[in-house]
Formats: sequence, structure tokens, C-alpha cells
Amino acid sequence: MEKIFSQSETRQFYLIVALGLLIAGTGLAAAHFMEEHGHVVTGMSNQIVWGMPHVFAIFMIVAASGVLNIAAIGSVFGKAVYKARAPLAGMLSIALLAGGLFVLMLDLGRPDRIIVAATNFNPTSVFAWNLPLYSGLFTLVALYMWTLLEQRMNGWIKPVGLAVFTWRIILTTGTGLIFAFLVARQAYGSALLPPMFIVMSFGWGLAVFHVVQSTMYSWNNKIQDPLVLQRMKNLLGIFVLATLFLVAIYHGTNLYFAKQVLFEHFILLNGGIYPNLFWGGYVVLGSILPLLLIFHPSLGKIRCVVAASMLVILGAFALLYVFIIGGQAFPLSIFPGYEANSSFGDGQIATYTPSLPEFLLGLGGISIAFLITTIGVRVLNSLLPHDTLNQLKQEAE
Amino acid sequence: MTDQVNLDRRQFLGKASVAIAGIVIAPGMMLYDFAHARPEGEAASAAIRWGMLIDTTQCESGCEECVTACNKENGLPAAKSPTDVQWIRKVDLKQISTGRQISLPMMCQHCAEPPCVDVCPTKASFKRADGIVLVDKHRCIGCRYCMMACPYKARSFVHEPVLDHDTDMPRGKGTVESCNLCVHRVDKGEQPACVEACAKSGHRAILFGDLNNPNSEISLRLRNVASTQLRADLGLNPGISFVGL
Amino acid sequence: MNLLRAIILLSILSMFYGTVSAVSMPKLDIGLGGQCVDDPKYMRQNHMHMLKHQRDETVRQGIRGGKFSLSECVNCHASKKDSNVLGTSEHFCQGCHEYAAVKIDCFECHSSKRKILAGVVK
Repeated sequence: MEKIFSQSETRQFYLIVALGLLIAGTGLAAAHFMEEHGHVVTGMSNQIVWGMPHVFAIFMIVAASGVLNIAAIGSVFGKAVYKARAPLAGMLSIALLAGGLFVLMLDLGRPDRIIVAATNFNPTSVFAWNLPLYSGLFTLVALYMWTLLEQRMNGWIKPVGLAVFTWRIILTTGTGLIFAFLVARQAYGSALLPPMFIVMSFGWGLAVFHVVQSTMYSWNNKIQDPLVLQRMKNLLGIFVLATLFLVAIYHGTNLYFAKQVLFEHFILLNGGIYPNLFWGGYVVLGSILPLLLIFHPSLGKIRCVVAASMLVILGAFALLYVFIIGGQAFPLSIFPGYEANSSFGDGQIATYTPSLPEFLLGLGGISIAFLITTIGVRVLNSLLPHDTLNQLKQEAE
Repeated sequence: MTDQVNLDRRQFLGKASVAIAGIVIAPGMMLYDFAHARPEGEAASAAIRWGMLIDTTQCESGCEECVTACNKENGLPAAKSPTDVQWIRKVDLKQISTGRQISLPMMCQHCAEPPCVDVCPTKASFKRADGIVLVDKHRCIGCRYCMMACPYKARSFVHEPVLDHDTDMPRGKGTVESCNLCVHRVDKGEQPACVEACAKSGHRAILFGDLNNPNSEISLRLRNVASTQLRADLGLNPGISFVGL
Repeated sequence: MNLLRAIILLSILSMFYGTVSAVSMPKLDIGLGGQCVDDPKYMRQNHMHMLKHQRDETVRQGIRGGKFSLSECVNCHASKKDSNVLGTSEHFCQGCHEYAAVKIDCFECHSSKRKILAGVVK
């Protein structure tokens, strides 16, 4: 059934798309500026080699894979309420992945050499594996959307859904392995990182989904069913708790190793911005407050769920900043037992100030994801979840 | 006929370069193992493994001869800011438990199991057959993953456009680079610039040679003097060893 | 419809523009002159393939002294006036590449200037 849009709705749509294109364009301009003048125009250096763009990109990529969970719960585990949401989840996944890759590829020192990356493959490099993994996910999710939206293909939903779910687990494992394989740095080199990234993806993907879904509902003047909301918000709470648990284990184990203690003190106590972001940004604002909003009996309305989701996203950015940049700021332990001093920052805490081009590039990526979602939702009317009474009755049984 | 002309000119240029290089470098080479030039057309061989032995007891804090020589040889500007490239740096160390102070030059350790090679998506970071780890700039996409992976902070990213390219050491903006043991000199049978400069300065703290040759001066020294590798616990088997650490 | 026809006609006609000014090849300063390592016509078509193939041998395998060497090309073809292959539309590399509208990547890293060896007469 074709939805007919009013004139004001159409005008609003074009305005929003124009805004999105503008921000994406600014991101592109920032990338061009960085490529033209070199990375000296950013805040990155030979000490902090991955900066703000990586924080944005990794968030988007992890959330992209996590958002497919909703689809998986529907298609693979057969929950009707989630089944209705699978197409939107698929669309969001493609959008977020595209946005994340936009940022990642444009931050390269030589973005004009993407073809070289695609044609010279190093099997021991997780980065190289990312290329087939990410493009594979695009293809599989597109295929999955087809099985969902084309009635004749509905019989294939379960197997393709399973393939998508498996592929996304492998992809997020790969994202975690990027850091897990780095034996050099005290912040990384841990086998705990892939599972941690997978659990983080569950939470962040669901949080993004909540925000997008609620926006869609309010723009279409619909109200979300409280029963559906209840189940989904509880799930978010569980994922936030699970992430908190793994982060606690990660830091707790590190604190037990004498050689890691100085690094942990830097991140958790005396590192300035890093403990602030970790405790204030991730733990309090990004975990405890959302948990309160979700589980407190007098709260739990739709507004609280959206607020909780946004806080989780904020906490995600804070955690990624501490993880990626804090991990690089702490000096390498090249000469254990010695105090080091050199012209290349040995033994010194590195400083980093994110620059405007980096922020613009990151925002450009978010904008790309936003554009794909907005246009996709407009074009594919069936993305708005329709919960029927029958479905809810089914669920209750 | 044409081939003969090409060959003549090529031979002349080749011989002239080697002759001049030899005249310039010979004085510093006298006291060390002469690394023989590899004949043209021959590939680097795994029979050789290039390495260095750095004697920290001979290295003087405040002396930057190796750094200056490296910069001059490879066309690098003097490093002033965190975004500037440094292939070799002097590190001043103070032992926390005893207060003992040492100075040493720090560069790419040319590991036998280089983490930078494992993580490079395009195989731009690679280990040549004779043990020299370098970056193939034709393939580097500037992702900086190798910089994250290196335990020794050996790699630098070129943050700015390169002005005044050096013919023998091509390098450009947006790629990653590090000490390559002066591969262009080693292939001609010479020593890395830092080794030569250190010898000239009188300190003679850096010894360069073939680790696979049991009779080379470096192998003899390694057998007789206690030496360590940096972060030997990581199991990377670096080609650079240190005495007095 | 008429507009479409006009566009198609103009497109076809524009293809013949290049042939009208038959020999409008760039005037190049070929540097030292003399004999190149291969036939000029062959070099025009294949120099990039030769360099790309040999660079892997040189960099990755350490094979020196091959037939094709970028620094040797530059040594010969750099202008006698400023020892450069880049600069104006008459300089050797830039001229042809501008004409063919192909971006040169080499000189992001490689020197475009002739290497002057002390004591060697060029």
C-alpha cells in the first residue's frame, strides 16, 4: 500500500535531505583538506596516530553490526515483534556501515590507493580481512532485505538471516581483533577484546535502533506500543550491564598485573581527560544513568527509553575515546625498568587535541548514515514496524 | 648497435657512482667488515641477515651524530614537532632502581618476526630476504596500523608534503616510513649512514654486519660480549642488539 | 527530441576535433637527448608498465641495475635548463601527461630533478 505524503511532509523531507547533504559535503571537504595538506592539519601525530575519525568510524561500524541483532532475534529466533522490525534494522545497518567506512577510508594517508588495498591482500592482517567482511555484510544485508520485503522470497528469511547473524559476529570479532592483535601496547593485546566488542555492539546497535525508531514513530504521528517498548528497553538494559561487566573484568585483570598498574592508573585515576571521560562519560552517564532510566519502576516511558539510548551512545563515544586515544597516549614500555627521555616522546604521555577537520569528517560519516536511513525509510514504506494485536498475542503465549 | 650504446652509458654511470661512493666512504670503512656490494640483477638473499650491535657504554648523551647523518643521508628535515619524521632518535635512559644513566640510538629493530608486517593490509610493510624490514611506498595506503603495532615506536607517518625529494630515498606525504638500514647503501656494499657517522665521531658505538656469518665481526662480538635485545620477552627476535643495557 | 538529437550530433562531431589539428602533440624538452632505453613509440605506450613491474623487483627483492630505472629516466630527460621533468607544459613528463590528462603519481615520492653527481660530466 503506497503511502501518500502531504506537501508539507515532502518539503520537510527535502529540507532534511539537503541538510544531510550539506553536512556530508562538509565532511568531504574536510577530507580533501586533510589529503591536500597532509595530516599535519589534524591533531594526530606520530604518537597519536588514530584520532577522532577512528572514534566515529569504530562506533558506527560496531553499531552497524549490532543493529542486526534486532533482525536476528526476529528471523533466526522467531520473535514476531522483532520480525516486524527487521527491515528497518537492515536498512540502519547498511547506513551505519557506509558512514563508518566513509570516515575510515577518507582518513587514510593515501585514500586514492583504495584499489591497492583491494588488490594486495595480506592474509595475516585484520585490516585486509575487513575489506571482504564489510563488503560481504553489505551484500548479505541487501539480500536479507530482499527476502524480507519480497513476499515470494519470504521462505528464505531464516537461512539468510542466520547467514547475516553469523557474518556480523565474525565482523565484530574482526573489529575487536584489530586491537587484540597489538601485542605492543598495554591497552590492547587482550583476547577479551573481541567478546567485549560483540557485547558492546549489542548495546550500541539497539540504542541507535531505539533512537531511530522513536523518531520515525513521532514523525509519523504514531505511538509505540508499551508492551513492545518494555521488551526492547529491558534488552538494552541487559546489554548495558553486560558491557559494564566486561569492561570491569578488562580493567580488573589489568590491575592485577604489576606491569600494567601504571597504565591502569593513567586511565582510571590520574590521566586527566581519560579518567574523566571513563568514569563520568562512560560509567555514570553512559551506563548507570541509562540503567536507572530503564529499570526504575516509575520511569520506563518512551521518553526515558530514548534518553537512555542517547546516553548509551554518548557513553560509547566516551569509552571509545578513552580506549583508542588513551591507549595511544600512554607511552610504550620499550625499556622496562628505565625512565626514558627522547626527542620522539619516549617515556612521555602524548597529548592530543582533536581538530576541526577530524570532527567534520566524523560528522560527515554520521550524516551519510542519516541520509541513507532517511531516504531509505521514505522510499521503502514497509520499514515502519506495524505491530498487530495478533502478533502481540502470539508473543504473550 | 643500440644495445651497445645503452650498455656503455649504463655501465659508465654505474661505475662512476660506485667509484665516487667508494672514495667518499672508504675512510670510515677501514676498521669494519666490508659488506660486499651485491652484483646487479641479483636478488637479496636469505643467506645473509643484516643486524647491528650497539654498545651503550660508548654512546654519549648529547651526541647526535647518528641522527644528523641519517637525516642528511635520507633527506629528512630536522625534527622539531611531534608530527616530524624521526627514523633514528637518541634516547636517554635512567635505571629506576639504581639511578644509572645510559644513552643509546633507537631505530627500527628489524625484527625477524615483525608485528608491523603481520598487520599491514597491503603487504607494504615487508621483510626483505636479507632481514631488512621496510615499507614499499608503492603500496602503502597510510592506514598507520603498523605504527600501532610496533613495540618500539620505530615508524613515522609523513604528515606534510615532501619538498626537496632525495633521488636515492623516495618518500612522500601520506605514507609511513622508518629506518631501512640504509638499504640503498647496503646494496652497494656500504654501511648505514649512522654507523659510519658514529665511527667518524670516535665513539664507534654501532657495529653493523651479517648475523648469519659466524665469522663476521658482529657475530664474533655477540659471542663474546653479553648483549640484550629490547623487549626480548615479545619473541620478535630483533636484528639490533645492545651491550650495557 | 530535437535537443537530444543536437546533443548526440555535437558529441559525435567533437570526437573529430582532435583529428582536425592533426599533429598537435606537445612540444617537449627531452633533456639530454640521444638514445632512450627503447623505441620512443614503445616507451610512450609501455613505460608505465615497465616501471611498475620492475619497481617490485627492485624494492621487494633488492634487484638493482635493471633496464628501467625512474632515476635514470629523470637523469636523461630532465630539462638542461633547470634539471627538472616537471614545471611547465614543456617539461618532459608533465607535458605529455598534461596532454593525455593522466595524473602522475611517481613524483609524490620520487625526485623529479636530475641527480648531479660530483665530478661526472653530464
